[in-house]
Amino acid sequence: MRARVLVRPKAGILDPQGKAVERALPALGFDGVENVHVGRLIELDVDDPGQLEAMCEKLLANPLIEDYEIQAS
Amino acid sequence: MKLGIVRFPGSCDEVDAQLAAARVGETALLWHGDRDLQGADAVIVPGGFSYGDYLRVGAIARFSPVMESVIDFARAGGPVLGICNGFQVLCEAGLLPGALLPNAGLRFVCRHVDLVVEDAETPFTRACAPGDVLSIPVKHTTGRYHRPPGEDVRVVLRYAPGHNPNGSEDDVAAVANEAGNVFGLMPHPEHAVDPLTGSTDGLAIFESMAAVPARVPAVGGRGA
Amino acid sequence: MPDTAALPGVSEAVALGLTEPEYELIVDKLGRVPNQVELAMFSLLWSEHCAYKHSRRLLRSLPTEGPHVLMGPGENAGAVDVGGGLACAFKVESHNHPSAVEPFQGAATGVGGILRDVFAVGARPVAVLDSLRFGEPASGRSRYLLDRAVAGIGHYGNSIGVPTVGGEVYFEGPYEQNCLVNAMCLGLAPHERLTRSAAAGPGNVLVLMGASTGRDGIGGASVLASAELDEGDEAKRPSVQIGDPFEEKKVMECCLELLDRELLVSLQDLGAAGLTSSAAEMASKGEVGIDLDVARVPLREADMEAFEIMVSESQERMLAVVEPGRVDAVLEACERWEVGGAPIGEVTQSGRLRVLRDGAVEGDVPVAALVDDCPLYDLAPARPDAPVYPAPARTLDPGAGPRETLLALLASPNVASRRPLFEQYDSIVQSRTVRRPEQADAAVLALPGGGALAVSVDGNGRRVACDPYRGTVAAVLECAANLACAGAEPLGLTNCLNFGNPEKPHVAWQLSESVRGLADACRALGVPVVGGNVSLYNEGPEGPIYPTPVVGMVGRMPDASRAGRLGLAREGDALAFAGPFRPHLPGSELAKLRGEPLPEELPAVDLDAAGAALEVVREAVRAGDVACAHDASEGGFAVAVAEAAIAGGLGARIDLREAASREDLDRFLFGEGPGGFVLTGAREVLDAMAGSIPVTVLGEVGGDALVVDLGAGETLEWTVEELREAWSGGLAPLFP
Repeated sequence: MRARVLVRPKAGILDPQGKAVERALPALGFDGVENVHVGRLIELDVDDPGQLEAMCEKLLANPLIEDYEIQAS
Repeated sequence: MKLGIVRFPGSCDEVDAQLAAARVGETALLWHGDRDLQGADAVIVPGGFSYGDYLRVGAIARFSPVMESVIDFARAGGPVLGICNGFQVLCEAGLLPGALLPNAGLRFVCRHVDLVVEDAETPFTRACAPGDVLSIPVKHTTGRYHRPPGEDVRVVLRYAPGHNPNGSEDDVAAVANEAGNVFGLMPHPEHAVDPLTGSTDGLAIFESMAAVPARVPAVGGRGA
Repeated sequence: MPDTAALPGVSEAVALGLTEPEYELIVDKLGRVPNQVELAMFSLLWSEHCAYKHSRRLLRSLPTEGPHVLMGPGENAGAVDVGGGLACAFKVESHNHPSAVEPFQGAATGVGGILRDVFAVGARPVAVLDSLRFGEPASGRSRYLLDRAVAGIGHYGNSIGVPTVGGEVYFEGPYEQNCLVNAMCLGLAPHERLTRSAAAGPGNVLVLMGASTGRDGIGGASVLASAELDEGDEAKRPSVQIGDPFEEKKVMECCLELLDRELLVSLQDLGAAGLTSSAAEMASKGEVGIDLDVARVPLREADMEAFEIMVSESQERMLAVVEPGRVDAVLEACERWEVGGAPIGEVTQSGRLRVLRDGAVEGDVPVAALVDDCPLYDLAPARPDAPVYPAPARTLDPGAGPRETLLALLASPNVASRRPLFEQYDSIVQSRTVRRPEQADAAVLALPGGGALAVSVDGNGRRVACDPYRGTVAAVLECAANLACAGAEPLGLTNCLNFGNPEKPHVAWQLSESVRGLADACRALGVPVVGGNVSLYNEGPEGPIYPTPVVGMVGRMPDASRAGRLGLAREGDALAFAGPFRPHLPGSELAKLRGEPLPEELPAVDLDAAGAALEVVREAVRAGDVACAHDASEGGFAVAVAEAAIAGGLGARIDLREAASREDLDRFLFGEGPGGFVLTGAREVLDAMAGSIPVTVLGEVGGDALVVDLGAGETLEWTVEELREAWSGGLAPLFP
C-alpha cells in the first residue's frame, strides 16, 4: 500500500527556510501569511504499514530535531 | 601511529584529511563497505557530501558497514575525529550529542574563521592551551549546532566573537562526548596544515592525536 | 523502416530549427526523405550550437600550435604539458540559454558539462572558474538570475569536490534579456592517461555509463540555443536538464580508474544532443560507423520513443568504446562504483550511424552527412553606422570630485568585492589552492614537485562593444597580465565567444573583428588556443548582448611559494606604476557611471610593448623582488591602488605633483587600458626595472590611509577602512 510520511522541523527550532518563504510571499503580493515551516515529504509503497513508525524513528526523521506524521491509505 | 580515514561515496575531503594525517603518522583509507579498520589507532570521518546529503546530512552514511566498526571502536574508547560531514555522521550515529541544522543564512559559506579553544583536555586538543585562537576554514551549508535540550554538552571549540558563520547556538564549533574520545567539529583542520595554502593552526589537532610534532610529509602533496 | 505516411516534412524541419534549404540538402544526402528519428538527429547536429555553422570558418584563423600543446582544438578539452610528466586539460563552455530559463539547474549543469569534458580526456578536474554576465542589479530579474546561478554553481562544484577558485561577473544593461553563464574547468593527468574520443576498431563495443536516460532537455539544443529568446519561454521549462553532482562524482572516479587501467579505447561525454552527437562525433573522428540499439539504453521514463532516446540530454552520462574482451571488466568497475553501465552498440565499418530497436532499423544516416557535411556559412560583416547600444544610465553625480568618485567606483557592481559570491564556493578542497579569490590577480594551484599553475578568466564585453578588435586584444592582455602578476607564464588559452545573431551584419562584424583581435593577440604573446566554445544568438527584441569573448588562460610557475600577491605588504616599500599604460576615459567604468555613450573605438595597443612588460613583471614576481603586483583594470590606477590597500590592510602616500596635471587628474586616476601594473618593493629594485619597461615611482606604502598629494597644498585622503567599507558593501545587498 501507498504511505506518506511528512517530516517537519520541531517547534522551537529556528527554521530559516520557513522564514525565507514567509518573507518572500508578501513581496509577491500574498499578504496575511504567518507561521511558515518547510519540511519533507516521503512517499513509499510498503507491504507492512506497521513498520512505518520504526522506519521514521530509525532513518526517515531525526527525532531530536524533527517531528513526523504517517499517512497510510 | 596509524590513522584510518573513512571514505563514503561522495566524500570530498578524505584525501585532504589523509594528507594532513600523514604529517603525524601512517594512514589508510577505509572503504565504507568494509568493516575492517585495518588496525587504525584513530579514525577520522572526513568532510564532503556522503551519499549526496540525501534525506538528511549524514543520515545514510551512519548505517554503512564501516560505521558499525567505528561505533564499536568508539564505544571501546578509541579516538574518533569527525570533520564537517563527519561531525554530522557522528551525531546521526549517536556518538555525539546534538544535531547540525541548515546555516541560519541558508547559504554555503567558505571562509576562514577564528576558533577559541575551550577544552584542552581532549586527545584532539591537548597540544593547545585554553584560550588559544586557531584560524581554520569552514565550508558548509549545514553547520548550525543544536544541542539536545536540557543536556550538558562538552564544548571543545567555539567561534570567536563575530566569527560564527552559521548561527550555531552559543557559538559552538566543536563538541566531544563525555569521555572525550569522540570529537566533532565543523571547521576543517586538514585545510590548515600547510604554510603554502594558508594557516597551519589545524596542525595542532593532528599533533594532539599523535602526541608527536608534525613532520614534513614524504610525498609532496596530491598527484593527479 | 516506419510507414512513409508518418514521415515528417519541411514544416517539421523548420519547427525544429532547420532552414528549408538545409532540409533539401538533407534529403539530397540521404537520397530520400528523413524519418522522425533522422530528422531529430539532423536538427540537433546541424544546429548552430553543435555545428558552429557561422563561426567554424572564422575560428580556423586562430593559432593553435605551441611548444607545450599536447592536444589542440577538436577534442573534449585541450591539453598542455605542465612538467613532471603531467598534462593540464582545460576548456571553457557556455550554458547561457538554459540558465536564462532555469538559472540554478542551468548553471549547475553547465559546471557538470565542463567537468565531464575534462575527465573525458582523462584528466582529474582540479578547479572550476565561472564567468557571468547579468543585467544591472536594479532589475529584480537579474538579481534573481545572479542569486540562483551562483547557488547552482556552488551546489555542483562543492558537492563533487572540485574547488571553484576564481571567476568574474559583470552587470550591464545589454545582458538583461540574455544572461551569460560560462564555466571553465582544468584538470590534471599523467601524459599516458590523456585520451582522445575517436571511435576505433570495428567490432568494438559501445558502453553507455552513468545515469539513466530520461526526457531531460529534449530538443534543447536546437530549440533554445539557435533561437533568440522571447517572452513566454516558461513552456521550455519541462525540457530543463537536472544535474546530480553525486552521480557525476561516481562516474568521474569510475572513468579515471578505467583509463588508469587502460580498459577504454576512447571516451566521450554526452552533452548537447546527447547520444546523437556523442556517437556521431566519435564515429566521424574515427572514420568508422556506429550501430546503436536504443532498447539497450537504461531508461528512467517508460515508453520513450527512439528519437527521444537519441536526443535526450540527461546528465552525467559517458560513452566509451571498449574491446569486446574488456567489456566485463568495465561493467564490473561500473558496478563497484555504483554507476550504470550498459553495452548499447558496436563500432562498424559502414561509415553510417544506425539507430536500431530490438533489431529493427529506426534510423540510418551517413556519419559524414551528420557531422562533416553540415553547411557552413560565411558571415556578411558590416561595421554599424549608428550606435548599437544605448548609453548606460548615469549613476554618479556630474559634480562628484575624485574623492567621492573613487568611493563610488569601489562600490559599483563591476568593481566591488565579489566575496558574497565566492564565499558560496568551496575554493580549497583538494588542498592545492595556494592563492584564493582576492589574494592575487590569478588563482594559483600547487603542482606536485614544487611548481604551480595559475589560471584566470576575463572578458570585459563593454570594451569589446566599443571596439571589437582592440577590446578583444585587451581581454587577452588582461588575462595574461593577471597571470604575470601571479608569476606565471601562459601555456595556452581557451575562449568562449558569446555574441548576438550572426546573420545580422553588425553582429557579424563584431564577431569577425573580435576573432581577428583574438588571433593577433595570441600570436603576439605566443599563446596557442587549445579549445573553446561559441554561443550565438544571444539577442532579444532590444538588441544583442555586448560582444563578449571570454578568455581563460592557464600558466605555470616554477615555485609555488613565490606566487604573487595583490595586497600592499610592507611599510616603507616604494610604490610604482609600471608598464606601457595609456589611460583613457571613454569606455571606462567612470564613463559608465557618468552615463556617457560608448566611444566608437579604443586607442591602439602596442602588443610588443605589452608583451615585454608582462615578462618583466612576471620575472620580478618570481624573483621575490616585488611584495605586491596588481594589474590595473576596471577603475584604472586609483582603483588598483585602493584594492591593493584594502587587501593588505595598509595605506600609502602617493605624490602626483609631477605625474598628473589637475585638468588631467580624472584620466590619470580612473582611465583604463591594458599594460598598467601597481608594483611595490624596495626602491632600488623598482628603479632597476625602469631599464626594461616604463616605471614611475609614485609613493610609499604605510599608514592607515591612502593619501594622494596633488600639489598646491591639495590632497585627497581616504582611510583604508572607508575604502574597504565602500568596496565590501557593493554587492552585499544582492545576497541578503
